[in-house]
Amino acid sequence: MRIAAVIVLLAVLLAGLFAPAIAPYDYSRQFRDSPNAPASSQFPMGTDDLGRDRLSRLIYATRISVLLAPAAAFVSVMIALLLSAVTATRRLWVEHSFSALTTLSLSLPWIFLFIILRALLPLNTGAIPSILITFGLMGVAGWAWPGRVFTASIRQMKKSGWLLQARAAGVPPWRIARIWAWPRLRALAAAQFRILIPAYVLSEASLGLLGFGVAEPLPSWGNLLAELQHPARVRDNPWILAPLGLLMLVMIALEALQPSRDSRQLPGAAS
Amino acid sequence: MKFTCALLLTALVLFLVSPAELSAAELHFSLAGDPQTFDALKVSDQRSELIRYLTGGALVRINRVTDKPEPALAQSWKLSDGGRTITFRLRAGLRFSDGSPLTADDVARTFSAALDPKHEAPVGDTFRSQQGDPQVRVISPLEIAIHYPQPKPDIDRLFDSLSIVPATAAPLPASAGPFFVAEYKPGDFVRLARNPNYWKRDAAGKQLPYLDSIRIDIQPNREIELTRFLRGELHLINKLDPENFDRIIKDKPAAARDLGASLDSEILFFNQAPSPSVPVWKHQWFTSAIFRRAVSASIHRDDIARVVFRGHAHPAAGPVSSSNRFWFDAGLKSPPPDPQAAVRDLAKEGFTLRDNVLRDREGHPVEFSLLTTSGSRPREAMAAMVQDDLRKIGVHVNIVTLDSRSLIDRLSNTPKFEACLFGFANVSVDPVQEMNIWLSSRPQHPWWPSEKSPATPWEARVDKLELLQASEPSRAARKKAFDEFQRIVVEQAPILYLVNPDYLVGISTSLKGLQASTSPPQLLWNIDSLSLE
Repeated sequence: MRIAAVIVLLAVLLAGLFAPAIAPYDYSRQFRDSPNAPASSQFPMGTDDLGRDRLSRLIYATRISVLLAPAAAFVSVMIALLLSAVTATRRLWVEHSFSALTTLSLSLPWIFLFIILRALLPLNTGAIPSILITFGLMGVAGWAWPGRVFTASIRQMKKSGWLLQARAAGVPPWRIARIWAWPRLRALAAAQFRILIPAYVLSEASLGLLGFGVAEPLPSWGNLLAELQHPARVRDNPWILAPLGLLMLVMIALEALQPSRDSRQLPGAAS
Repeated sequence: MKFTCALLLTALVLFLVSPAELSAAELHFSLAGDPQTFDALKVSDQRSELIRYLTGGALVRINRVTDKPEPALAQSWKLSDGGRTITFRLRAGLRFSDGSPLTADDVARTFSAALDPKHEAPVGDTFRSQQGDPQVRVISPLEIAIHYPQPKPDIDRLFDSLSIVPATAAPLPASAGPFFVAEYKPGDFVRLARNPNYWKRDAAGKQLPYLDSIRIDIQPNREIELTRFLRGELHLINKLDPENFDRIIKDKPAAARDLGASLDSEILFFNQAPSPSVPVWKHQWFTSAIFRRAVSASIHRDDIARVVFRGHAHPAAGPVSSSNRFWFDAGLKSPPPDPQAAVRDLAKEGFTLRDNVLRDREGHPVEFSLLTTSGSRPREAMAAMVQDDLRKIGVHVNIVTLDSRSLIDRLSNTPKFEACLFGFANVSVDPVQEMNIWLSSRPQHPWWPSEKSPATPWEARVDKLELLQASEPSRAARKKAFDEFQRIVVEQAPILYLVNPDYLVGISTSLKGLQASTSPPQLLWNIDSLSLE
């Protein structure tokens, strides 16, 4: 299973990296005599409303989404881990302050902040900087949920018997963190990472409506998935579901790469 | 006894249910949002305007098919004093929906209120005159004269937009039109009921309207609206996008109607105002008519109509849609795409095309951002096609999509954009309604809002012609001035007109008496003559 997952992920990654060599056409080429064409030998997944080859666009979209959505998810998880680590101190006010910061971050109307920010950005911001800013912002803005999960886990650990035992035995804090705490948090972090990837792919599609994200004619999984808002199109050409299928495949592969239950035995778990 | 009871019960059921069901004719359609007001004088949005039209009694109604003014509350009118005075004679026995009489005093009060700056009535702008406000004189309970300091063009037609309102204000006011607002649940529905005192009768002497009521659901989701129409829960669906229209063709072909080119236009324009957000060299490109015409000649309008609008649009020739038969200049044709000629013309202005990159005489690569509305697939698709077309003459276009509010903010006051792909939605066939776009001093002037004085001789001429067509009493003289204006606009290309999308609608086959028009309100202008089978 893990081998299959590695093969799938490698295949997707390579397809994204070598998109110009693999894709039958350029992602922006418009076959204006064949808009909304069904799947055929010329267009294996049909064409979109501007006559662009769906397969080529999916391959190029993979390049953007498969690299940037995980990168943004990684940024979120890292920020959440760093901030949560502060709450490991025994000072109550630090924990309360962190809790307040998390609540504040979750209650912020990020969507409006994004709108204001877009209004401030120069219009001639190129496609690549625009994409990087979008995913970067998503990464920074998305730390609060994983942060809350990590804090809850740290709070639980602080009350656990094994920690008390370790402290009583005089084990230094850094050793406790490395040998006992980190393996537990790592499993949580991996789960949060996997949850955030599809969330960011879809958020990118929503942000596209605000003028953020991946602008025409560049494709991304997000803007390709936006087509699913029109169910009637799927009836005419089921290949519109291909980006969704690919996203699911990648998520299943990531899930399969997780360590098995046996290999996740944690130090002190029996205590 | 049992038999008698059953008979009586059956008779009662037949009496209570059947006749009501037979006559119960409720037209059902939906609007994307709540109307902002039911006060006919405060109307400024299209949804409120529709309610005003369906409920309001006007002195004159424009027949949307023949484009001729027809008597309504006024049975006749005459122009005198060289077009400065219009005298209306009202029908006898007119009443509002609440039973109160409607006389010349009500007309005078409504007209004065519309012009009173205290009321801030948008409709008042239609009746104002640069030489001073008109004087109103009530001659008798059935006669009223309105006098202007100078001739007012097509003055009788203007009264189609003024609904006579009763003296007593109410949240759901009485009306003199075919219907009145009977019930309103914000965010849910508006129900209009038949006005029992409506003045009009059909040829057989039956009082109009035929319909008993109209239920207008508030439904912002167009997918749901379409699904309900396809299920037969709505009688009408208006202003469809081409994709949804094709769905109706597929599922309910008899209900799909393409009314032809609408009055609306999809446009592209450059920022010609000096702006810190536009570099000097780009400002030089945008103010060059040769550059603008070259961009225009590179755009394949036929492809936009065929691909983006699935054939339900017409390449635009100029500022007036071909469906506006009187004002359209038939001598104007949509420019055929000719990228080679565009490059040749650009060379005359010092531009050179090398390695697929167009450069100006100072060596700057020609690149600009094209702003358009986010969430509007036709606009985004048009922008992508323009981008592709211009790439063929070495011009690089960055598409930027913004929500409508942010976009309009960038266009107004101090413009902060380079080029914009946008749309004009015209609500009237008369070009006088578009003066706010063309007069250089107006804040809505797209390529240079609130210009202190016309920057070029042709802009000065446009200003002059616009004022001329808005003040000439003779329609022929107005048309002559307006034709010259259209030719200047096409030649100087301050706005590139791309396509006129077709007006696409779905109409239930049970709706009778419909005379669809591309002029608003397209399907409902003869609401009093519509009936349901």
